[in-house]
Amino acid sequence: MATYDVIVIGAGMVGAACAHALANAGQRVLVLDARLGGATNAGMGHLVVMDDNPAELALSQASLSQWQAWAPRMAAEAPGTAFNACGTLWVAQDAEEMQEAEHKRARLQAHGIACELLSARELAALEPVLRPGLHGALRVGGDSMVYAPNAAEWLLGRAATPIQVEALHASRIEGRRVHCSDGSVRDGGAVLLAAGIHATQFCPELPIRPKKGHLAITDRGSATVRHQLVELGYVKNAHQTEGTSVAFNLQPRPTGQWLLGSSRQFDTLEPAVDNAVLARMLRRAIEYVPSLAERNAIRTWTGFRAATPDGLPIIGRHPEREHLWLAVGHEGLGVTTAPATARLIASSMLGTAAPIDPAPYAATRFVQECAA
Amino acid sequence: MTRTTPTRCDLLIIGAGPAGMAAALAAAGSGMRIAVVDDNPAPGGQIWRDGPGVQLPPLARQHRRALARHTNIEILCGTRVVGLGERASTGDAASLILENATRGWTQHASRLILCTGARELLLPFPGWTLPGVTGAGGLQALIKAGLNVRDQRIVVAGTGPLLLAAASTARKAGAQVLRVAEMASWGALAAFAAQLVRWPAKAWQAPTLLHPGLRANAHVLEALGSTQVKAVRLQRGNTVEQLACERIACGFGLVPNTHLGQMLGCILGERSGLQVDALMQTTVPGIYAAGECTGFGGSERALVQGAIAGHAAAGESAAAQALQHPLARWNAFADALHRHFPLRAEALAALPRPDTFVCRCEDVAHGALQARSSWIDAKLHTRCGMGACQGRICGAAAQVLYGWAPQPARHLLSPARIATLADAGSEPTHESVPRI
Amino acid sequence: MKNTAAMVEVQVGAARVLVRVPAGSSVAAALAQQPPGCTRLSVSGQWRAPLCGMGVCHECRVLINGRERLACQTVCEDGMHITTSSAQPAGTT
Repeated sequence: MATYDVIVIGAGMVGAACAHALANAGQRVLVLDARLGGATNAGMGHLVVMDDNPAELALSQASLSQWQAWAPRMAAEAPGTAFNACGTLWVAQDAEEMQEAEHKRARLQAHGIACELLSARELAALEPVLRPGLHGALRVGGDSMVYAPNAAEWLLGRAATPIQVEALHASRIEGRRVHCSDGSVRDGGAVLLAAGIHATQFCPELPIRPKKGHLAITDRGSATVRHQLVELGYVKNAHQTEGTSVAFNLQPRPTGQWLLGSSRQFDTLEPAVDNAVLARMLRRAIEYVPSLAERNAIRTWTGFRAATPDGLPIIGRHPEREHLWLAVGHEGLGVTTAPATARLIASSMLGTAAPIDPAPYAATRFVQECAA
Repeated sequence: MTRTTPTRCDLLIIGAGPAGMAAALAAAGSGMRIAVVDDNPAPGGQIWRDGPGVQLPPLARQHRRALARHTNIEILCGTRVVGLGERASTGDAASLILENATRGWTQHASRLILCTGARELLLPFPGWTLPGVTGAGGLQALIKAGLNVRDQRIVVAGTGPLLLAAASTARKAGAQVLRVAEMASWGALAAFAAQLVRWPAKAWQAPTLLHPGLRANAHVLEALGSTQVKAVRLQRGNTVEQLACERIACGFGLVPNTHLGQMLGCILGERSGLQVDALMQTTVPGIYAAGECTGFGGSERALVQGAIAGHAAAGESAAAQALQHPLARWNAFADALHRHFPLRAEALAALPRPDTFVCRCEDVAHGALQARSSWIDAKLHTRCGMGACQGRICGAAAQVLYGWAPQPARHLLSPARIATLADAGSEPTHESVPRI
Repeated sequence: MKNTAAMVEVQVGAARVLVRVPAGSSVAAALAQQPPGCTRLSVSGQWRAPLCGMGVCHECRVLINGRERLACQTVCEDGMHITTSSAQPAGTT
């Protein structure tokens, strides 16, 4: 039986990026995916610098550089990845939010991230679909978007050492061995868990909770939107730990369709669309883009983000279980931060220099290290 | 934003074709408040489609007059089910989000009868996206709704009884039907004609449907033209024939419209229709189904099934039972029909070229799909089935071409105005939304 | 009772070309007076026209008085303004 250097559980963006990085470093990698479809398939694929705390900023900034470096290759080799450097507009609806926009600008510019404030007039000229009366926006030009399922597939198919992918449901990790639900086993030098909300199936000690989100996509229309449009209130929204909330988030797809989000609901694994939450989300979106009311939605769906108590992912060695590494809990930023996650994991597993400080993402903040 | 008030009825019937009309009339005597919903501008479904220049059969006119006489029956034409709504009461069979040209709302119903009919099986061939290519039943429907085809040269192709019916409609509308290219063999056609004789009500139709341009063992190869149809290439036995024409009407039989039933949890039975028992009950309590959505069976069977469902939904089991004998007769006719136009999947799978679009909504080509492993895999990576028709056209085609089992949508049955969905949440008296 | 002689007049396109059809005709029938009756531009920029005739395929999406509707299932009314889809195909801004 072939053994692998690393067995990765989960072929979502995080698993795919980690497999890609490890394979590029010469590792023989096997990826196991149960084909359940996770956050990578459901989400928006918005590549966005998030600056709520330094660790999040470091991870997303490093990742965006990598996405930008990959962009020309993706365009040439896999046009279905639809990478688009559209930028984000963080929209301010009142003076308080405009102040928040100014603080955000200061923080981003301090880290060398290009961004500029737009006045109400400039905002209206750039994005005429937005309702009159908004106060302005912060434009982050380096943000972009990608069609995540195809980008993950591209990463898995384009490594220096071929990556083996098997459609298998992993059921248990026992040291270096992964047991699958069809009774078979796979052996590796190490195991990397990148299974999103399913991580707690293997490691119940990890404090990962599902955060359900709703999405809708419209039909094509003639009105143009140039940037991903997000309300500044999104940030307060994203870090709430209880309750159900919605925030305005609109992504213009290359086809001219608009992808709409977002909502957050805790501790439900019910995949069915909740009409009441969807309605709230859409009403919020209509408040920002009144012409939305007349557009047709052609599909609605839900997804589950894997959320940790402090909003940061868990990246690195498992403190208690030998040969097990973790890359989970990325919540709504998994697609964005997959590249830097992958480099952190590769450096940790291969003993090379970490690209950024790995301490904020360490699993030891949740799980006690075994006594030596 | 103004909110529209959800509405309630005792019996909600989806589809105002023969099955839906028969169901409403059967249940009318019970006094139940009945609403019949149909997305076409007038009742009648496909076979009794109304339009300028259509002479409705007497039976169709009788049904429409009878419906109008009942004050407890409301017909909502131009109204479509767009999705599943929030339930108001656990005793309800369903709550559905409806939408018409001006508004959307949630309709609650104690009982539901699905009479959603069937759609035509449309399969890809090179050039099938050219303006001028339609289904065979599709051309018939368009002509009934006023499409002018006078003096246009038309080739009808595909397989099934719909071809000759479409050719007949087109001829009566003044078109020149050059050819009816039926994929089945002469033997199959002759056997079908022989079967028709067993049903006197159908037999008189048989000679009127025959067409001098009818050719068996013939199928379409390609639609030619740059911006619209100019000609068609046909395979006839071992030879290839090219005919200049303005329209190609090509269909391969019927597919039951089961998406709404499946979304509601109903199980499929034989012939890909919704499974029903002798009283037309589906596998979900309170939900019945009748007509072509239970499997292809013809309009006479649809009328009987509809009446059974209407009586059963109204709690009139004796009246429902009394119709079992005519039902058995028309079930036998349906069985006979099924045997004579089997799909030749191998030949059909060879029609599209790698660059032929299979998903017309998202322009996904056959070559891109052949590389994928399943319907879900294809949807995710090529966006096939993610467009406005929600996989109804390409999903049925993918089943024939690749053997995939397409799955219907889970929430939206049809594109819906965002305003409708924004309104379709439950009605809280005070919204406890943390204002962020 | 049907008055088959009655006609209805609709306006087609940005130029508001007047089209007369028998009362009860569908918008698809009115558009087909300019053969082949195209209704929308596909994702890759091809013109499409009605295919299924019964509200399933959505090829006949048009704007009627500004609202998107299916031409094959909408009856013409006097003064209706019909514009075919002006959505941009992929690859254009």
